[in-house]
Amino acid sequence: MKGRDNVVWLGSPTFPEAARTALADTQLRHNLRKATGTIRDKRLRVTAELDDWEQLREAGASLKRETLRHLDQHLLRLEESVTAAGGTVHWAHDADEANRIVTELVLATGQREVVKVKSMATQEIALNEALAAAGIEAYETDLAELIVQLADDRPSHILVPAIHRNRTEIREIFLRDMQRFGRPAPGNLTDSPADLAEAARLHLREKFLRAKVAVSGANFAAADTGTVVVVESEGNGRMCLTLPETLITVMGIEKVLPAFSDLEVFLQLLPRSSTGERMNPYTSMWTGVTEGDGPQDFHLVLLDNGRTATLADTVGREALACIRCSACLNVCPVYERTGGHAYGSVYPGPIGAVLTPQLVGAEHAATLPFASTLCGACYDACPVKIDIPEILVHLRAQVVDAKRHRPSAELLAMKVAGRVLSSPRLLALGQRAGALGGRVLGRRGQIGRLPGPLHHWSASRDTPVPPQESTRAWWRRTR
Amino acid sequence: MVEANPLNSRERVLSDIRAALSDVSDASAPVQRGYARSHAGQDIAGLFASRVADYQATVVRATLAELPGAIAQALEGRRVIVPPGFPPEWLPDGDWPADEPPLTVAELDAADGVISTAAVAIAVTGTIVLDAGPGQGRRALTLLPDYHLCVVRAGQIAGDVPEALERLDPVRPLTFISGPSATSDIELDRVEGVHGPRTLHVIIVNDL
Ligand code: SF4
Repeated sequence: MKGRDNVVWLGSPTFPEAARTALADTQLRHNLRKATGTIRDKRLRVTAELDDWEQLREAGASLKRETLRHLDQHLLRLEESVTAAGGTVHWAHDADEANRIVTELVLATGQREVVKVKSMATQEIALNEALAAAGIEAYETDLAELIVQLADDRPSHILVPAIHRNRTEIREIFLRDMQRFGRPAPGNLTDSPADLAEAARLHLREKFLRAKVAVSGANFAAADTGTVVVVESEGNGRMCLTLPETLITVMGIEKVLPAFSDLEVFLQLLPRSSTGERMNPYTSMWTGVTEGDGPQDFHLVLLDNGRTATLADTVGREALACIRCSACLNVCPVYERTGGHAYGSVYPGPIGAVLTPQLVGAEHAATLPFASTLCGACYDACPVKIDIPEILVHLRAQVVDAKRHRPSAELLAMKVAGRVLSSPRLLALGQRAGALGGRVLGRRGQIGRLPGPLHHWSASRDTPVPPQESTRAWWRRTR
Repeated sequence: MVEANPLNSRERVLSDIRAALSDVSDASAPVQRGYARSHAGQDIAGLFASRVADYQATVVRATLAELPGAIAQALEGRRVIVPPGFPPEWLPDGDWPADEPPLTVAELDAADGVISTAAVAIAVTGTIVLDAGPGQGRRALTLLPDYHLCVVRAGQIAGDVPEALERLDPVRPLTFISGPSATSDIELDRVEGVHGPRTLHVIIVNDL
């Protein structure tokens, strides 16, 4: 097994236990309800502006799927383009290897501190801890990451890791903890968001101005040109990507896109789905190194860490299409009530419930696939149409299978089917998945096929029957 | 040496991918591109102006003849950095700080602001794209100063994201700017003004 990464926090309580604790925390529930409610409204407003939103989702989904189908070729092309543009590409099989590569690159510069742009991949591999063990300080520069780092807390949301904190708590953290990391917060700090943002600006300014090494993640990388993309809001990304001499980007292998022009789809889908804006304030794109502008030493670390194992699962692989927008978290009734920490992983919420067990093996996160009511809101919100409920049902069967030590797929399928028929929610899922995939529940008397193989994966699959809206889908839509 | 055996991990990841995809046929699955190339209507410059203004940026429209006056008015006496290649005839008389030789980060940080042109703009999203070309300078120039005045020629405004990407050269470092820096990290509500320029001023030159 892999060592000390953050995909699951060892020693965390299981989801049901953690959820019970979280449900009792009324402040937490209030913070979450307020934040997710705000973002849900904004997202609906800006997605409704585009009359071809469904076509964009379809394009995003098919692009991601087609890329994953030939992932090896796209990665090789990316490597070639980045190298030709003056960058260096590294491959990391697991978290330990990625951490070792980054640590050695930093040590080679002679520097002992790095500035970081928010990145799920480096969270996942626990890079900060690995750097600290080598005597290197890593400063998070994204506002929410800063809040989490100052408070020695854990992230609870993939886009806004401090979503569980309200403005009053953030003020207290700034006043108490900023001084330990550098410039203290102004003594007269109020809890107005503008004041808090100003305090973060002042605190991080000195770090940006002296930074020689930056570590970033990547939202996308275009294989044909070698262009790497970071989407952000605050300008901390631009600071990290522009001012230092050395830039090290850690990117999951599933982030590659075939072509620069494919960004035309994702630059429409991502901002509208994540922060509910027509466009996020800043997007940076760079191709290798540019003389006289920005870092002259660029390293791209391509990270596997469980992704190829996920890719091997014909149903679960769909989760690799995720662009980390966080829309599924914001619409999830379970997430809204329990918060992110209950999932015990850097990847919380619906996407975490399907990604975490796959990255670490279902036996290490056995309760996560059950952390859902299968209401389908996540699927409806997902800009790349990942059928999260379908994957959840599939993973549940795996967990049951592992527990009973009875590897009979047939038997399991029957058990799942039995549960489906006895549970109105599962039945709803079955009807919806059936309508979408053209694999109507019980159409051939084969209830056991549910949830079915990934219906849109194979190139040679039949054209799906146009969906007919089930009563339950209608109910959800008009509620 | 950074990595003892780089080839091994590379080969391992690639072969794991190939093994994982053993059920997948070689044929390409079609990407469904039924989406629109643009959501902009006829008045592209007008749409751009209103979408930029939605982000709490100040937007002014001017003719080329009015441009020097509009710039002088917007600057309100600020001594802005002028990147190489910015048309000098657009500026009020005076001795403007240049980036030749390159300014230090401390000098950039202390500057009143920066004025620049743009490479492309996007109407639907209210976005300016810089590509570090003439009149824009290296990326740090438009990042560290707290005030950014950007002059956009109407002819540079693309209707929407797909059209804008077609006009851009990915080899150049690209920065997409949609309003002043902002954060949604406090209770998921947008607040303007974090690390990038907190004041963004855009002048659209109608007849260029
Ligand atoms: S699964 Fe879909 S909705 Fe959830 S974060 Fe990923 S892309 Fe967004």
